[in-house]
Amino acid sequence: MASGPEEPYRLLGGRIPYVEGPLKVTGRAEYTDDIQRPGQLVGRLLRSPWAHARLRAIDTRAARALPGVLAVLTGERYPVPFGVLPITHDETALAVGKTRYQGDIVAAVAAVDELTAERALALIKVDVEPLEEYPDPQTGLGKVAEPIHARGLAGTNVQKEVVQQFGDVDAAFARAAHTVRVRGTFSGVTHAFTEPLVTVAEATPDGRLTVWSATQVPHYLHRTLSEVLGLPMHRIRVIKPEVGGGFGGKSDPLPHEIVCAALALETGRPVKMLLDREDVFLTNHGRHPTQNDLRVATDAEGKILAYDLSAVIDGGAWSSFGTVTTYYNGVLAMGPYRVPNFRYRGRRVYTTKPPSGAMRAHGGTNVRYTVEVALDRLAEEIGIDPFELRSRNALPPHSTTVNEFRITSTSFVACLDAARAKSGWDGKFRQLPYGRGVGLGCGFYISGSNSPIHFTPKMPQSTVHLKVDMDGGIAVHSMQADIGQGSNTLLAAIVAEVLGVDLERVHVQRVDSDVSPVDLGSYSSRVTFMMGNAARSAALDLRAKLLEGASRLLGLPAEELRVAHERVERAADPSRGVSFLEAVHAAMEETGALSASGSFQTKPLGGKFKGARAGTAPAYSFAAYVAEVEVDTDTGEYRVPKVWAAFDCGRPLNRLAVEGQIEGSVHMGLGQVLGESMNYRGSRLLNPSLLEYKIPTPQQMPEVEILLVGEDDPAGPFGAKEAGEGPLIAILPAVANALHDAIGCRFTELPITPDRVLRALDQRTKEGRRWKGN
Amino acid sequence: MRSTAERSLLDCLRIELGLTGTKYGCGEGDCGACSVLVDGQVVRSCQVRARELRGRSVVTIEGLARDGLTAIQQAFLEAGSFQCGFCTPGMVVGATALLARTRRPSDDEIRAALDGHLCRCCGYGRILTAVRRAADLLEQGRGSGP
Repeated sequence: MASGPEEPYRLLGGRIPYVEGPLKVTGRAEYTDDIQRPGQLVGRLLRSPWAHARLRAIDTRAARALPGVLAVLTGERYPVPFGVLPITHDETALAVGKTRYQGDIVAAVAAVDELTAERALALIKVDVEPLEEYPDPQTGLGKVAEPIHARGLAGTNVQKEVVQQFGDVDAAFARAAHTVRVRGTFSGVTHAFTEPLVTVAEATPDGRLTVWSATQVPHYLHRTLSEVLGLPMHRIRVIKPEVGGGFGGKSDPLPHEIVCAALALETGRPVKMLLDREDVFLTNHGRHPTQNDLRVATDAEGKILAYDLSAVIDGGAWSSFGTVTTYYNGVLAMGPYRVPNFRYRGRRVYTTKPPSGAMRAHGGTNVRYTVEVALDRLAEEIGIDPFELRSRNALPPHSTTVNEFRITSTSFVACLDAARAKSGWDGKFRQLPYGRGVGLGCGFYISGSNSPIHFTPKMPQSTVHLKVDMDGGIAVHSMQADIGQGSNTLLAAIVAEVLGVDLERVHVQRVDSDVSPVDLGSYSSRVTFMMGNAARSAALDLRAKLLEGASRLLGLPAEELRVAHERVERAADPSRGVSFLEAVHAAMEETGALSASGSFQTKPLGGKFKGARAGTAPAYSFAAYVAEVEVDTDTGEYRVPKVWAAFDCGRPLNRLAVEGQIEGSVHMGLGQVLGESMNYRGSRLLNPSLLEYKIPTPQQMPEVEILLVGEDDPAGPFGAKEAGEGPLIAILPAVANALHDAIGCRFTELPITPDRVLRALDQRTKEGRRWKGN
Repeated sequence: MRSTAERSLLDCLRIELGLTGTKYGCGEGDCGACSVLVDGQVVRSCQVRARELRGRSVVTIEGLARDGLTAIQQAFLEAGSFQCGFCTPGMVVGATALLARTRRPSDDEIRAALDGHLCRCCGYGRILTAVRRAADLLEQGRGSGP
């Protein structure tokens, strides 16, 4: 590999303000809803009020006749099934034949204004035959009268079943000194990004379709539009403006995006489809409601012998990422500890509720909570400190798990040491007064999925193009999707670092499929690792061209030259050099504008068994968090004043961004503990608003002390690994285990609302168990 | 304000006037992304009709900084108090109103003032940092605003 810039780095590893920051603090950053095209129409959706119903007839005549209505669509017009995973195409843009949840799109209109569009929707008559609803995944495990999808397993609503066994679990339990059984029960939670879902589409007389969308994976949207609309990809142009948060909720190609594009094709005019907040909740694709039944066996010293896990996962109406979820909910139990024997049965079940999908720390959150609460119980039973139990079981660097994950760098033990020391654990655990406590939670997560979703083995997962013309500005093109995590800033910083130039020379271009080379976008915490390596490679290529140009000017061999700040100079005699711009101009003499390209592709990883690729990653992040809690035992309310977050993301390349990801992850993870929950009566979502679905407010946020302890990862760009999703996982069990330290109650059901705290306290009193003298 | 429109102030700003810095986040007054100043008070622009504001002064995010950035915007930038940036205009407006009436707000006062502004990215800590820093800047006479 060509060598990169030498340490100490000028930019990387520092605190780099976001390149688009001045636009964001002045309201000048352009999001999709800020786009207004000439003659733009308003798109509106008619959503099903029936959870499960056969569509007999949809009468759209009156709506079509309404002046100002330019198009009315129903499912038959674009019936091609799609889905984010190629193996589970079970969605359609609009409902075809039947509706599968309250919120399924039955019809759509494009009209000259909002009022006309709303009136048109009211004129559409839908005749249905109501079908049995299946809100409970347990019901769907067996045969049902009317399966939600024909592709469910043998007359049931089971969408995916995963059965895996490694080693001899029964023998391990037979010789175990300690065992524990935990049932973890989890409500569904949703992303609650602040920017609603929104798309603008425009069909033009040159036969092309342009789509602006709030998406975190522009490439998969591009593919899906092509498949469903029947247009070749090169006639569709996908543009990603600024995106107001995603967290997984903008990673599926979503029906409203396709419907908006279809309305643009039907009308020949630009159409905007802005979803209101209730529609965003109904679109969901959030974290799956889950029930995890886990047994853990250890020897007398607390060495883990086996996990035996079974899960029932509530998928909602569609598959979405669910096949991956079903695997992840098992295999992401395989770190950060050595687990020599493992058995897993996971079943994801369709229900007549809004679809579940990928949400930050996808597949790794609920199972981790279950594991960490179980380990906390085991530590108590064995009589050893929770930290000691974890460090005895830590996966060592450069090891392989029983399911053949390749672990390279891990600073997990350093995370444990840092969290223990900085939190003052040894003076607090079991020693704080009744009602106060500390708890430990740990985690690990993939740093990019090793296998892309659309498996085209010869194509890189990320490509970055650079172009420098005589103005000396460096244009950077890539389809990586900055949704707020700071990937544009990192992309600019890597290029500037390698070329030795100021950050303001580097201009990261808006994602535009006409000019951006494919990068698979923001999911599975892949961007820093994969785009970072591609950017580094492109910049090294460009640097070689600059050194060649400077070599001619200076009359020195290129091998003797190096880049310095805004210049190219002789390494042995820095007084001999030329400015960056002089080097650019010299390099351009033969070819005109300089361009360079870099890419990154993963190498195959994982075993030979079915599903072996799920959870394989070129690197993994690690975490150990301590949370402190204070419980009001009269009201059941509690607060989390402080969190110590020790995290291994390899080398943090932009500390401002990494710390922001950790603070934001604590916020989001804490929400799932404190009260976030998609509440249902039957199939009906009861709280589709930001008033009733409560994300933590400034008053509820703890102080977060961040401890970055990673060492350089051997394959990560400049030694970096992910910091986008892994930081979420550990906070949930840390709080639950702290509550146990505070009041002696175990919580295996999320969220942990004040009434559940009071019930747990009552139960403890009934059992006659005293805790810290109370 | 001279509009007679029946539509919300938010739609009037965004659609009629092309002032897109003020954001539609929920349309129900829950998220704070649409906050503007009406005669110096923070108002959720999605919750009022434009015509109700005839004769009153409305300041949006676009109107805060006449020349460069205000101290609050500068502080948000330096502290990295945003990620996706969608809540940021509303937050900046909320912080502006706070510092206009309270030169030295306590952390509790900042939290209370921003309680109706939802941020899903950054966990609020850095927004508090930015408001404190902006108060410092203004006290030292460095920076415009509030």
